[in-house]
Amino acid sequence: MARRAKRNVAIVATGQTDHRSKRPDVNIVEMIHEAVRRCLNDAQMSMEEIDGVVIGNMEHFEGIFATEMWSADSAGYLLKHGMKITTGGTTGTSLALAGYYHVASGLFDTVMTIGWEKQSEGETTAGLIFQADPLWERATMSGAIGSFAASATAYMNKYGITEEQAAKVAVKNRGNAFNNPHAHLKMELTVEQVLKSKMLAYPIKMLDMCPTSDGACAMIFASEERAKRVCTNPAWVIAGVTRHDQPFGGDLEMLADLRTLRSATEEAYKIAGIKDPLKDIDVAELYEPCTFAELSWYETAGFCGPGEGGKLIDSGVTYMDGELPVNPSGGVLSTNCIGATAMIRVAEAAIQVMDKGGKRQVPNVNRAIATGFGGSWWSDVMVLSKTP
Amino acid sequence: MADRVGIVGIHQTKYEPRKIFDSYPELVFEVSSQVLAETGLTIEDLGQIITNSTDFWDGRTISNRTVSEACGSVLRSESKVSMDGSFAVFYAAMRILSGCYDSCLLVSHCKMSEGSPHLINNAMFDPLYQRIMGFDELSTCALQANRYMYKYGITEEQCAKVAVKNLKNGNRNPYAHRAMEVTVGQVMGSRMLANPIKELEAYPITDGACAMILAVEDKARKWTSTPVWIAGIASRMDSFYLGDRDLAEVVALELAAQKAYQMAGITNPRKEIDLVELSDYYSYQELLWLEGMGFCQRGAGGKMIDEGLTALDGELPVNPSGGILSGNPITVAGTVRVAEAALQLMGRAGERQVDGVQKALAQGHWGPCGQGQCVVVLEKGV
Repeated sequence: MARRAKRNVAIVATGQTDHRSKRPDVNIVEMIHEAVRRCLNDAQMSMEEIDGVVIGNMEHFEGIFATEMWSADSAGYLLKHGMKITTGGTTGTSLALAGYYHVASGLFDTVMTIGWEKQSEGETTAGLIFQADPLWERATMSGAIGSFAASATAYMNKYGITEEQAAKVAVKNRGNAFNNPHAHLKMELTVEQVLKSKMLAYPIKMLDMCPTSDGACAMIFASEERAKRVCTNPAWVIAGVTRHDQPFGGDLEMLADLRTLRSATEEAYKIAGIKDPLKDIDVAELYEPCTFAELSWYETAGFCGPGEGGKLIDSGVTYMDGELPVNPSGGVLSTNCIGATAMIRVAEAAIQVMDKGGKRQVPNVNRAIATGFGGSWWSDVMVLSKTP
Repeated sequence: MADRVGIVGIHQTKYEPRKIFDSYPELVFEVSSQVLAETGLTIEDLGQIITNSTDFWDGRTISNRTVSEACGSVLRSESKVSMDGSFAVFYAAMRILSGCYDSCLLVSHCKMSEGSPHLINNAMFDPLYQRIMGFDELSTCALQANRYMYKYGITEEQCAKVAVKNLKNGNRNPYAHRAMEVTVGQVMGSRMLANPIKELEAYPITDGACAMILAVEDKARKWTSTPVWIAGIASRMDSFYLGDRDLAEVVALELAAQKAYQMAGITNPRKEIDLVELSDYYSYQELLWLEGMGFCQRGAGGKMIDEGLTALDGELPVNPSGGILSGNPITVAGTVRVAEAALQLMGRAGERQVDGVQKALAQGHWGPCGQGQCVVVLEKGV
């Protein structure tokens, strides 16, 4: 059981690249530098004021070992503390949590976290299949699409969720993306278009699936004293919880009622004093790798009862003007630079709490949650608030 | 540090050149279950787990995924530090100091025998300008050794003496992979790998794992009568491009050591520190790192070994465990430095025990030519 940290910690700034499928104009370290600059600009701070940096990506995607060494100069942690944390899809939230722990420990006052991926310089599925056991699961459960297809079918079968309901998630999130200057896929879609898009593996169609993006995200975490000095409206970290699971997909129920997310949200809500998630949370940035996942994880995160994810989107609750907007940023379906993806969830939740959302701002956000997903069906949850 | 983090338990595998009968989850299970058994705890007693491995050396994307059952992270909080183990110790300590968790199981593993050191270390370099030159850890460290020898007049014999000392110390360490009684002449005559580094001056390829339990002060006191406190800990990162550094100077290490000493209230490390476990992937590094950590003036590392100060019975024993030259796999190596220093402070170092150790220092590094440096000052619990 995790507790709330002894010291208050706040997010005071965020910076993102404008995410694209390919960034041939910059190399990896230049791309990271871009996010770092934007983050420092957002904070009106200089790198001299940062005590250390935590950084991560998925090394096999670009084929570079110990990438944190190459980026030391360009990301600004030369002669500072630099640390690499990496946990697959959850890398971004693992890094954000590391930023939180760094400052909460009292050993650092201001820490920058950086997540990045330049997927155009590698082959994502080739990198990803190395996660699966070479003997038992590499041939069947190793890529993202196959395992989501298998578990989405189980989810539909269990609760009568329809492909149309899932398609609505793609329409909603890629429509929201128009309001986010950093988003990669901005699309005006109809449910019909999603249903008619190319079938990848039943029931997952092209438009049900997240893209591969090039991009980076940086954030600054600060102690209470420092945060109050540099930021008029910081996003305070109230809770952070991680849950990992068994290495074999076949041992897990996977998408439907994701037990790591269930356990992590329960603990995070307890720490943050959230009793009725739908009422107590003002905006959510959920890591939705495919449309079906967002519906299922509404249920798991307690926004509705088991099997009611389809109904929740039908009733419009999670749209921009609904009771609990989910993924105003456009979500993972719009942007997926993997090492950054989960951090973007936290950054976007922080942006909402800090009232910096521009066209994607949800009115009156006091409390937001962000989730990370990855690894072997692992989950991270962070709760942010306007007050410490 | 306001609160204190203590090391309460340690378990290592024997380090061996090729553990063909154990997969790396099995190594992780061995050290995790043993360290719990020895400390009289179960995984439920520990709030979180930090693993330490790399995707490249494991040949597995998300290398911590494979060991989740083995280290007990199923439905628990776990994270992975993909660097030298000394940085993982730092992160584990931070997460405890945050107040979010009381304790941590830390596990490092690597089976170097299943990877190719040249290919993996070559993949660390800039893909556009440097990889094509064939750079790897060995060849760049050879450049550093040459620069260091040239600038300060360090001799090949002085470097060879480090190998003689550490390989000899390895004979007292039951976990060591390569323990030898060799002469300076034999080291000098061993196969040349990359001038001036010879085979007996370079770390051997080895497999193994190391686990450690850390806890906040009151828990640590409850769980063991011989806690070891982390009194100071800091890391610094140098420039990536070798041409941007003078490789005979170790600025990142100097800054990390200064910070760790400041935290631990140490003003004269040579007098106040009783024992050092440092990361000697290559023999010259022991001399260079001793300078960086302020145990002697710049360029005076050679004199330290000539005068016998760093021998097991010297004024400042360095690597009584035999060091990395006696065989610890990459990433695990830094965890073992902290573990061996802690075992000395606990009085549990067996035949390699040095008497009267009150304060010890452990050092780990990561990246080309010691780019990233981490320094840990440990204190005997009273």
